[in-house]
Amino acid sequence: MLTIADTHFSSRLFVGTGKFASADIMRQAIEASGADMVTVALRRVDLDNPEDDIMSHLDRERFHFLPNTSGARTAEEAIRLARLARAATGTPWLKLEVTPDPRTLLPDPIDTLKATEILAQEGFIVLPYINADPILALRLQDAGAAAVMPLGAPIGTNLGIRTALQVEIIIEQARVPVVVDAGIGAPSHAARALEMGADAVLVNTAIAVAGDPVRMARAFRQAVESGRDAFEAGLGAASTVAHASSPETGIIGEDLGFLQEGA
Amino acid sequence: MKDSFTITDFAALQAQLADIPAERVLTALARDHCTDDDLAALLSPAAGSFLPQLAARSRDITRQRFGRTTQIYAPLYLSNYCVNRCAYCGFSAGNRIHRRKLTLDEAVAEAEILRGRGFQHILLVSGEAPAVLDVEYLEAIALRLRDRFAAVSIEVQPLEEDEYARLFRAGITAVAVYQETYDRRVYDRVHLAGRKCDYDYRLATPARAAAAGMREVGIGALLGLSDWRAEGLAIGLHLAWLRRRFWQTGFTVSFPRLRPAAGEFQPLVAVNEKHLSQLIFALRIFDPDVGLILSTREEPRYRDGMLGLGPTRYSAGSCTAPGGYSHEDHDGEQFSVGDHRSVDEVCRVIRSKGFDPVCKDWDRTFQQVVEPRGHAICTRV
Amino acid sequence: MQIICNGQRRDLAEDTTLAAMLAMLDLDPNTVVAEVNRKIIERDQYEDLRLRDGDRIELIRFVGGG
Repeated sequence: MLTIADTHFSSRLFVGTGKFASADIMRQAIEASGADMVTVALRRVDLDNPEDDIMSHLDRERFHFLPNTSGARTAEEAIRLARLARAATGTPWLKLEVTPDPRTLLPDPIDTLKATEILAQEGFIVLPYINADPILALRLQDAGAAAVMPLGAPIGTNLGIRTALQVEIIIEQARVPVVVDAGIGAPSHAARALEMGADAVLVNTAIAVAGDPVRMARAFRQAVESGRDAFEAGLGAASTVAHASSPETGIIGEDLGFLQEGA
Repeated sequence: MKDSFTITDFAALQAQLADIPAERVLTALARDHCTDDDLAALLSPAAGSFLPQLAARSRDITRQRFGRTTQIYAPLYLSNYCVNRCAYCGFSAGNRIHRRKLTLDEAVAEAEILRGRGFQHILLVSGEAPAVLDVEYLEAIALRLRDRFAAVSIEVQPLEEDEYARLFRAGITAVAVYQETYDRRVYDRVHLAGRKCDYDYRLATPARAAAAGMREVGIGALLGLSDWRAEGLAIGLHLAWLRRRFWQTGFTVSFPRLRPAAGEFQPLVAVNEKHLSQLIFALRIFDPDVGLILSTREEPRYRDGMLGLGPTRYSAGSCTAPGGYSHEDHDGEQFSVGDHRSVDEVCRVIRSKGFDPVCKDWDRTFQQVVEPRGHAICTRV
Repeated sequence: MQIICNGQRRDLAEDTTLAAMLAMLDLDPNTVVAEVNRKIIERDQYEDLRLRDGDRIELIRFVGGG
């Protein structure tokens, strides 16, 4: 079972709540996804047009809210949003995002580390959104991050896990859970992440903008379960050359004639 | 609670190794990244039939990661005083051997002899007698040697984290501390007296050294005390545990086989060259980055044959008695070596096999004192 | 007196509480977080906090996000 900061999660699929056509479809899609962690953003209330509050559509007893700091361009802005998020949710959970470039929305590694150091000391459970940089992941882990969230591809691109090599290194090295975030555009991408050993994935756009978001949410649920099963079952190694399945053929070994019997 | 590494059930490791089919060995051989189960498969009796295949895989990984190089170092024995009674060791407190501890000047003189022979990496070794050989002494030696060598390592009694940090500041960059055996039952049986009787304290030592900021930490088991396959699995688990926690530390594994020593202790289990080779290949395949050490305990034929197949570091021209480099007619050895060739002869063989003998791996000139989290706090002057 | 709420200038009666202002805006106090002059106000203080001339107030709530 997935555990982050001593909290257990029954699903390895986290879903975002943005970009849905309506609050009702969002609620149904989240139901179908089986997720128990949902991300939310913080924004100023539009006083001329005060829309519904998203929290009223989701049962907070059932869903664990993970507020993000989207929109923050610096560590300082992210910290301010984090404190507001804590006041709003009453919990210290936080998806830390610092994205200074509005075009790519790629995360700033330096300010992300800076903000993580400060927020972890303030008692936040910080899950930083990062580029798939293994050393950064370890530095964040050392700074007190509760998990790391490397991107598969820039957010909203649906390009899949283009950072597979680095994500694999992060998974191999990190002690904290690894949640692949951003870029996951199809259930097969999510399955691939779980097969690689990622602890969870976060999906938003791919579900929200699907022709049938509820059905797509279910497809992601199944893909995540399949991917995790495959990982736990132990995948056979991929190879570009054929390997005979009988032991004595097909493999050439080193000459070990120097070994002496009985020595 | 501070987390710590432990082997709660050595017999469970042995059970994990039994009855692994040949197909499982092939799966492990074909993997990019090995799991604990893959390591078990590579150490299993079934894998013994695939030794040439293990060797080829180990050779390829080693060559890709380390190139055609072999690191060279020499041990410098500082003292053979020891408070422990270890059934297998020549320094054991009960043995009637000539005991001595080098003075600072004698130690530096020995080091100068090694430097004259071309060594730039030395390993300071001693028995475990803190009242005779303490941190102050090691610190004083380190301060005198650090500008003469590229790397100075220690293999002495287990120390506390702050003591390792102090030695690191003085110029010690690596620590080796071998568990001897991960099999607690056997451990208790062969460690008859002394601080070393505390299995858990010893097992936690590599983590203390890494936490203190050491660049490199060496672990290992003395082969011949318990089931070598399960020891190999335990080493792999220990290594993986350390890597997860101390990602800025380099790690090495050593494979000392019991050699004849004073006290006439006979190995409890037989570990032959094929076994030793399988263990080395399996650990190389399991961890492509780990430094693997093959000392002069082994014979020239075996050491030469293993060049390039997995080990990355060889000792050469070693003497295991304090003062043995200055005085030919020494006694009081820890064990008798199997490879008596000079460093020049060893290097000649290494070159003839197409490898470059490397006497220094990196340069301490550039070293900063770093705290464990990785933030530079002050530059060494 | 005049305050600035979410960037808009508003005229309020003297001594208006934060809770009263939220009621005027038809906002459920349980769904918003309020910052007054960059300081986060705990929800149980909304009734007691009297706004002052020139206060800058930010009202924030959750929206959908990934």
